[in-house]
Amino acid sequence: MAAAAPPTSPPVGAGVGRFEPALMRRKLTGTVFYGACLAAIGILLLALTFLLVDVFARGLPWLDLDFLTGVPSRRPERAGLLPALVGSFQVGVIVGLLSFPIGVAAAMYLTEYARDSWINRLLQTNISNLAGVPSIIYGILGLALFVRLLGLGPTSLAAGLTMTMLILPVVIIASIEALKAVPDAQREGAYALGATRWQMVSRSVFPAAAPGIMTGLILAMARAIGEAAPLLLIGASVFVTFLPNPIEGSYTVLPIQVLQWSTRPQADFQGISAAAIIVILALMLVLNALALIVRVRLSRHIQW
Amino acid sequence: MTSAARPLTRRRPRTERIIEVLLFLSAALGVVTTIGIVLVLAFETLEFFREVNPIAFFTGTLWSASIQPRAFGVLALVSGTILVAGIALIIAIPLGLLSAVLLADYASPRVRTLVKPILETIAGIPTIVLGFFAVNVISPQLLIPILGKQNIGGFSALAGGIVVGLLVTPLIASISEDAMRAVPRGMREGAYAMGATKFEVVRKVVFPAAISGIMASIILAMSRAIGETMAVLLAVGTKPQFTLDPTESVQTMTAFIAQISLGETAQGSIEFKSLFAVGATLFVLTLALNLLSGWFVRKFRTAY
Repeated sequence: MAAAAPPTSPPVGAGVGRFEPALMRRKLTGTVFYGACLAAIGILLLALTFLLVDVFARGLPWLDLDFLTGVPSRRPERAGLLPALVGSFQVGVIVGLLSFPIGVAAAMYLTEYARDSWINRLLQTNISNLAGVPSIIYGILGLALFVRLLGLGPTSLAAGLTMTMLILPVVIIASIEALKAVPDAQREGAYALGATRWQMVSRSVFPAAAPGIMTGLILAMARAIGEAAPLLLIGASVFVTFLPNPIEGSYTVLPIQVLQWSTRPQADFQGISAAAIIVILALMLVLNALALIVRVRLSRHIQW
Repeated sequence: MTSAARPLTRRRPRTERIIEVLLFLSAALGVVTTIGIVLVLAFETLEFFREVNPIAFFTGTLWSASIQPRAFGVLALVSGTILVAGIALIIAIPLGLLSAVLLADYASPRVRTLVKPILETIAGIPTIVLGFFAVNVISPQLLIPILGKQNIGGFSALAGGIVVGLLVTPLIASISEDAMRAVPRGMREGAYAMGATKFEVVRKVVFPAAISGIMASIILAMSRAIGETMAVLLAVGTKPQFTLDPTESVQTMTAFIAQISLGETAQGSIEFKSLFAVGATLFVLTLALNLLSGWFVRKFRTAY
């Protein structure tokens, strides 16, 4: 027993030789990584800059009042954007008018009414899966349902209804987020005053969630105006030289007009295509600014 | 007497019931959409399979829908789709994850206010604009000068993949950033207390802890890249072929559907029917990816 090995704890300082903090090298790796992060953002910024510079350099010379108020023409110098602007406006209005009430109602049901049953879980899962369905698939559905079955034909009304189906999951998800952000005290306060459930939801919770809901709705409408794939199947791809009537006759929208012009080989058509892109980007900017203003102004008096 | 004191809310007003039913119907509308999509795709695809052998459809590598001799081997379109989506991910994963790390762990508030808008702007650009960018900038000013005119044409899977990569980068960045932010501060501080450098904290603590969200973001980005239409339609050309050579012109499933709807194809013709079979393939593929993404989040989520 006495001959047992001495305690194995090493003498003080014995580990120093083996433990290499190598701080310099590790810090250098970190710096290199930070550089890579900045480089990634740099690449994105560069791509964005090139895109904008190219579009503006090509498009600005073509952008004037005649372009905004004219109709498409086989000659680029006389071509205008008005039918596409009106078509996009019609689709946007239909999407806004339908997806606001339906989207908010669906979100209210899922957050304020639904109990945790299998059917409600199915509704929830279904909506998040719909948000991931490729947009062109909605075009196939719209073609079968609105154009053929309901006999609406390839009109901007059918386009608006198709786009509403595409946008609804986005509006519902944004509205659910906004409603969930309202604290329960708001609900209990309304109940304490004797409100029914619907009075509580419509007069207490909804106003508090309105800024978030409106922001989500405006951004969804921006997406509806920029999206074009489903409308290819709803017949938006024709040469339209008149202002579209929503319930009959053909129509076109801004992104489809860009597609048609940019597939022409002549450089001048690339020019008016770029001019139309500037108009779309300007619209996006206006809608995004509007969303920001709504969020700030409506939420000014809400504090929790 | 007592009747005056009876609370009004004891019997639930009928309007309350009606409102609840209306809200439920709004939420259930999404299920109708899903059923509509599945029914339309299934019905029309079965019609198509009466004329084309499904085995030949799923295993064939030659696609020629409009030109005789006709061939409907969907693998030619699937390979084009996977090629474009693969290139997109090779670009978007590093750019998106590095941006996410920057936003979650490195960025000072000032850098944040610079980086966030860059990502949000890219996310908000209509995809047709990115297609225009691919044809007018990426191909002629980046790819052709680097690779040479004899090696790459004006339309290529590479050009399409690059712009789709830009398009899905914000998606990876925002979901991954949320996942990294959800890693509790205590875990980071624990690692710092052990002497780890910032890079080591990110690589060995934050990244592994956030892996479920990161994987989910990558799978969603893949699904989005596969379903993207307008950017790809302009950038990759119209030549369906079974190849994995990124410098070749290819055709994706979405671009095929778009091309058929753009053309003068008669609605009863076999090439028009093939559109639904391709749509069904696309729908099943993206749905599988979306479900996989959700599974990743649930399976590997660690609750802190």
